[in-house]
Formats: sequence, C-alpha cells, structure tokens
Amino acid sequence: MKRMIIILLRNPLSLLGVILVSLVVLSAIFADFIAPFPDHRGAVVDFVHFNQGPTSRNYMGTDLVGRDLFSRIIYAFRISLILGVVVLAIATPVGTFVGLFAGYLGGKVEFILMRLTDVFLSIPPLVLAIAMMGVLEPTLMNAMLAVTVMWWPWYARLVYNIARSEREEGYVLAAEVIGASNIHIALREILPNCLPAIITKMTLDMGFVIIIASSLSFLGLGVQPPTPDLGSMVAEGARYLPDSWWLTVFPGLAILIAVFGFNLIGDALREILGADQ
Amino acid sequence: MNDVLNIRDLTLKFRGYTGVTDVLHGVSLNIQAGEKVALVGESGSGKSVTARIVQGLLQDLKSAQIKGDLFFEGHNLNRLSAHEWHALRGTSMSMIFQDPTSSLNPVFTIGTQFTEVLRRPDPKLSKVEAAARAGELLNSVSIHDHDRVLNAFPFQLSGGMNQRVVIAMALANQPSLLIADEPGTALDVTVQAQTLNLMHDLVEQSGTAVLFISHNLGVVREFADRIYVIYRGRIVETGPTRAVFKNPGHAYTKALLAAVPRITGGGIPDIPDTDDAFFEPMVVHNGGQA
Amino acid sequence: MTPLLSLKNVSKTFGSKNHTVHAVHDVSFDVFPNECLAVVGESGSGKTTLANMILGVFGQSAGDIVFDGQALPTKRSLDHRRAIQMVQQNPLSSLNPKRSVGSSVRLGLDVYGIGAKSERWALVERALEDVGLSPEFRKRPPATLSGGQRQRVAIARALACQSRLVVLDEPTSALDVLVQARVLRLLNDLRQEKGLSYVFITHDLSVVRNVADRVAVFKEGQLIECEKTSDIFEAPQQDYTRQLIGAVPVVADEEIQLRNTLTQGEKI
Repeated sequence: MKRMIIILLRNPLSLLGVILVSLVVLSAIFADFIAPFPDHRGAVVDFVHFNQGPTSRNYMGTDLVGRDLFSRIIYAFRISLILGVVVLAIATPVGTFVGLFAGYLGGKVEFILMRLTDVFLSIPPLVLAIAMMGVLEPTLMNAMLAVTVMWWPWYARLVYNIARSEREEGYVLAAEVIGASNIHIALREILPNCLPAIITKMTLDMGFVIIIASSLSFLGLGVQPPTPDLGSMVAEGARYLPDSWWLTVFPGLAILIAVFGFNLIGDALREILGADQ
Repeated sequence: MNDVLNIRDLTLKFRGYTGVTDVLHGVSLNIQAGEKVALVGESGSGKSVTARIVQGLLQDLKSAQIKGDLFFEGHNLNRLSAHEWHALRGTSMSMIFQDPTSSLNPVFTIGTQFTEVLRRPDPKLSKVEAAARAGELLNSVSIHDHDRVLNAFPFQLSGGMNQRVVIAMALANQPSLLIADEPGTALDVTVQAQTLNLMHDLVEQSGTAVLFISHNLGVVREFADRIYVIYRGRIVETGPTRAVFKNPGHAYTKALLAAVPRITGGGIPDIPDTDDAFFEPMVVHNGGQA
Repeated sequence: MTPLLSLKNVSKTFGSKNHTVHAVHDVSFDVFPNECLAVVGESGSGKTTLANMILGVFGQSAGDIVFDGQALPTKRSLDHRRAIQMVQQNPLSSLNPKRSVGSSVRLGLDVYGIGAKSERWALVERALEDVGLSPEFRKRPPATLSGGQRQRVAIARALACQSRLVVLDEPTSALDVLVQARVLRLLNDLRQEKGLSYVFITHDLSVVRNVADRVAVFKEGQLIECEKTSDIFEAPQQDYTRQLIGAVPVVADEEIQLRNTLTQGEKI
C-alpha cells in the first residue's frame, strides 16, 4: 500500500492526476467554505453584476443572472462526484457478480448471464440513457439510475473475462480438489484476482461518468436548474460564444480537469496493480 | 585466435525501483570454431541473460547496465551499430529457444517463415528457390514430407517436428555460432534424445560452434566438448566435459553432480541448496580456457 | 495386503461422436499403503487424465476407482476428498497470488473442519514447519517465495489435511537440480513419517528410480508395464520401457553402461 502511494507520487503524470483529483474532491467536500458566494448555487439573481467577465470579485465571471461562476462550478463538482460515486457503488457490484459467476460456473449460468449482458451492451449507452430519461422525470436521481443501468454490463464483461481465464489456474484446481464450495472459490479465490482491474476501471470510470452526466444535462435530461451542473452550464453558455466566452470555457475546463485527473490516476493504477495480471 | 566467440569480464546490472541488482559479476568464456560449449547453471545463475547479451537482445533495455568485452569472429560487438549487430542475427549467429512451438509465429506457415529466414542474407531470393532450399534443409533434419510441413502452421505439427524445423531454420544460413537456450526441455524425453542427437550430428557436419545453455547435466554431458558452470553470475568451473564430470573441483559443481538422481539407484543425497562454499573461486581444468 | 487405492478397468474418453479421444483405456492397478507408485509416461500417455480421475476432478467413463474398499462416486464426499490430496507441477500457479501462503494452506482445514477455528493457524504453522519452512512464512504472499519454497507450501497444504494418499503431478519438474534433491528428500521423509502413499507422476525416470517402490509405465492411455522399481530398471519386459530408459540423459559412467545393456546398442 505504501509502496503504491510512493509510485503514484513519483511519476510526474500520476502526481498531476493526484493533484487534479484532489482539487476536485476537496472543492466538492469543502464547497461551503471555498466558494465565495455559496448561495449562488441556488436561485439567486444579481442584475448588478450579471454577464461579466472574470474580475477580482468573480474569478471566473458571472452568468446571465449574475451568479458567480466559480462558486457554481465548485458546487457542480459536488454533484458530479456524487453522481459518479453512486453510479459506481451500484453498477460495480452488480456487474462484478454477474461476470464472476458467469465466468466461473460456465454452462447455462454463463449463457444466460452473458447474453443478458450482451443485450445491454448492444444499446449505445447515451441512447439508452436518453430513452430512459424520456420516460422518467429529469432529476438527479433518475439520471443516476439511467447511467447505472447502462454501466454495469461493462463490469460484467471485464470480470467475466478475468474469471474465465483464472478458472484454469492451478490454485482454482487445488481448491476444487480440496472440495471448497463454488461460492468460496468465486468470492475468495477468483474475485481477489479481479480486484486490480476493477479498481483501475472504477477510477477511469469516474471521469467517464462525469462526461456522460454532463452530456445528459447538456441535452436537458439530467439535473435541472437552478442546481449547477457542468454540462448544463456549458450548454447554456454555448449560445453566447464568443462574446461571453467565460460561460462555456470555465465549466468546460472544469470537466477537463476532473476527467483528465481521473484518467491519469487510472492509468497509473493500471500499471501499478495491473502488473499482477 | 581461432575464437568464434570471446566474452571477457561481462557484468550486468539491472536498475529497478528498489535499487541496483547485480546479475553477472564478470563472466568470461570463449568458444572456438566448431566447438560445442555448454553453459550450465540453475535458474537465476545468469546463463540465459548471457546468451541474450551475446545476441544483442538485452542492450535495448534501459534498466540494463552492461560492461565487458564481446568479440564475435574477431569483431568487437560493442563497437557495432544496432543495425550491424542486427545483420549478424539469423545469419552468422543464430539462436534456438526452449519451446519450439512458441518460437514459431502461429499465424504464418512454416514455409513462409523459412522464406523469411532464407531472405536474411539474400533478400532477392525467390519463393521457388526458397522452397527448394527449405526442402533440402528439412531433409537434413529427417523431415521428408516437405509439402505438408511447409504448408502447415506450427500448431498443426508436433513439438518434436517443430523443434527440428527450428533447428533447420537456425542452421539455414550456415552460422558460425548457434546459441541453444535449453533446447528440448519442452519435449518428451525420447523426442528430446532424438533431437539432440540430430543437432549433434548436424553441427559436427557443418562445423558450427555451439553455445549450449542448460540446467540438465545429463544432456550437457552427451552434447558438449567443454563446459562452464555458472553460479549466481560467476563462472565457478570450466574444463573439458569428461574431466569436469569425472573430477569436479568446485563445491558447487560437486553438489550439482551429486544431486542428479541416477538411474542405477542410490537414493537422493542430502545436499544443501545453498552454501558458502559455492562462492569459492573458480576451478579451471586443463583445456578449459584458451 | 489390501490395496489403499485400486483402479479396475478404468477408461476415459473425451469428445463427440465423430471425434473421440481415448485418453485412458482399460487401466487396472493398485496402490498399497505406505508405498510410492510412480506413474511414468510421455505426453499423450494419459497420466494427467488418470490423476484427475483419482482426484475426483472428473469421473471415469468406465470402470471403478476403489479407495479403502469403497467405490468412489464422481461426486465425492468431503471425507473422500480429504483422504486424497494433490501436489501440482507448477508452483507458481498452484498458489493464489492474492492470498497469503498460510491462507492457502489453511483452506483444507476450514473446508474439512479440522481443529477448532482458533487452533487452525497453529496447525498451519506446524504444517509449514513439517516441510522445513519457518512459521513466519504464514503471512507471506507467494510471489516473495522461491520455486522450491512454493512447492513446499503446496506439500504443506496437502499434508495439513491429514490425507492418506497424495497424487503428485510432476512435483519437482519445474525445480532446479539442487532444490529438486531437497524436495525429493522431504517427500520421502514425510511419506515415511506420516505413513502416506504417493502416486508420483513424472516423466523423469532417474527420479523414479530413487523414490518409487513400484513403477507403472503408460503409453497412449494404456498400462504397458507395472513392476517393482528394481525389476523395471534391471529387467524391463516391454520395448517401450527399454526405450524410455534408453532416452534418459545420464551423468555417470555406470548409468551409461546400464543404458547400453538395456538398449543393446540400438540407436534411438
């Protein structure tokens, strides 16, 4: 563990990733203390300072009703991270168990589970999410539900592949000869060998979930105003380019920083943990 | 100097996260034209990396620090450019590996791979000529079913067949030096015996020098004229094969020989797997090193 | 003497109607208590399939496998599984890389309920000591052990279950010469100490000569010859056996003489 942290910090790229992600996470957690105008995350208007570029008062400018963009971005980080954490907290275990048992048990179980997975995989993720949101009310909760539903199959497939190859290994045969139960073998022998890949994927996925959620809200299907969301901010601001450039550029940069940071850490983790594969 | 290969004071260090690991501590050996020399050691002794260094395959690794003199047919290998060194591989210097089936490319037929080998010295060789030449080479390794073998993929042939194919390819361009890294280890014992006999006869006929790397003393005894015993990156004993086997001088060689089970019986002796005595200085038999 | 393990007309076929492979064909032999029976053959001889059937990895297509007087069903009870254990060839893959060495050894204890839960780590440590490893190895991950040490752990895992018969599939083939000698001695000592029987599968006849009481020679799924070790090496009845002995690379002059006598100068 300590070794992992040292390697993570020694490589300049992964160090950058750690810094960026820390920025995002800390902003999200301490938003109330960092944001200069905490109440601007809600329905506030300030027509004295509206549509202004970056100034010493508003570091990233203000939006069309006068809200401080910097504060809103910080709160938007919070929303994005919550979304990411909830989606992964549900999609990962579901996908993992499907893939694990399909991969280890094989036969009919494998057939049913993996064909089910294939059905979900065959629908383009965003299309699926949009379809769901078309039926459900556009709220944060429903957006999370839609993204979760399209996310779990990827974990199923990942874990299935690893479980399939691990089941041929000597230690699995040894456990079978001893007479350990299938549940034991799947959960306590094979699953630990899937964890490096799962963890790496989860880290990379944080970035992707943020993008998907932003895409949904860009289309008006996710979080609704006045709750700040990076995607909707980009969408709103796009209309006013190039004059009020700050409305699009800063939220866009925020997405970039978050996704890039998670990607860098994910890559580093893949090297550190994946060396076992 | 009639040496095909001359290695002087070869040292190898690997730089890793935890620091520097010394792998070779000054290895020296030489092989004369037509000689069959074995480098015998257990895993971790450094025998395989030595072979790779001679081929120039390890020099690309950034973490590898290599020092020492390498002379091949009188040329200083360290002075060669990567391009020149590459030109030697497959032509004057060839190598065969432990598992013949995995050393062959699974997606190309044997015939295609032969053509690739034969075109190394002669890029303009036509397919027809290459096939004819390949046929001759297959004859020399007792494979007479040319059409079937040349059109087959490696997975369609047995391990023994693939081993013979690989030997034929290695000798195709009449190299002065053949490096064999644990050949036949992946094969059944009867097939291994046949293959080694074959290799023995072929190199005697062509006068190719051989650097034979192995951990199997029995195989080495039957194949090599001279042996070098390597332990943890140091040569501990060298001499003509018969002499070393009859009168091992170094503690490690003695341990190795005693540890090999005999088909005449005698049980398994009680030998330590490491000992300070193994680090004693090298023993050289007459006729050992030029 | 009644055999501990008895194979009676055991066969195993794989494949479909059009393409069947007779991996093992009508094989019968016994393993007696306190003996080491070597199973010798090249690839395709069926020795691994045989091992898998004895261990209950899969069932036979025909014939009976009788242990201690009882015919073993394909679906084994835990008692039967406990009685017959395995040591594999590849020390690297036979231990779960993500579990400590002690935890791998402990698996059998947990499955069979050997000892009270609080005692089990002590039992694991004792098993490790029996194979010459200090108890502190218990916590180490397999990657930090050498091949010889890992193989000892695999042996400890089989022993911890207090079994009667151990099937060893090329247990020392992946080990260095000196390490092999130590592990073979260990296996010999343990067998005698604990009164075990071994089915020792290997292609290495020189090892066989020095560890086995009797030898069963297999070729292409059939049992060619099964005799006492000294008889097999001094007066082999079958040509194939002679061929096998003749192909062994040997180091000592007496061995070359023996080989020559047996093969009578025929070139292999």
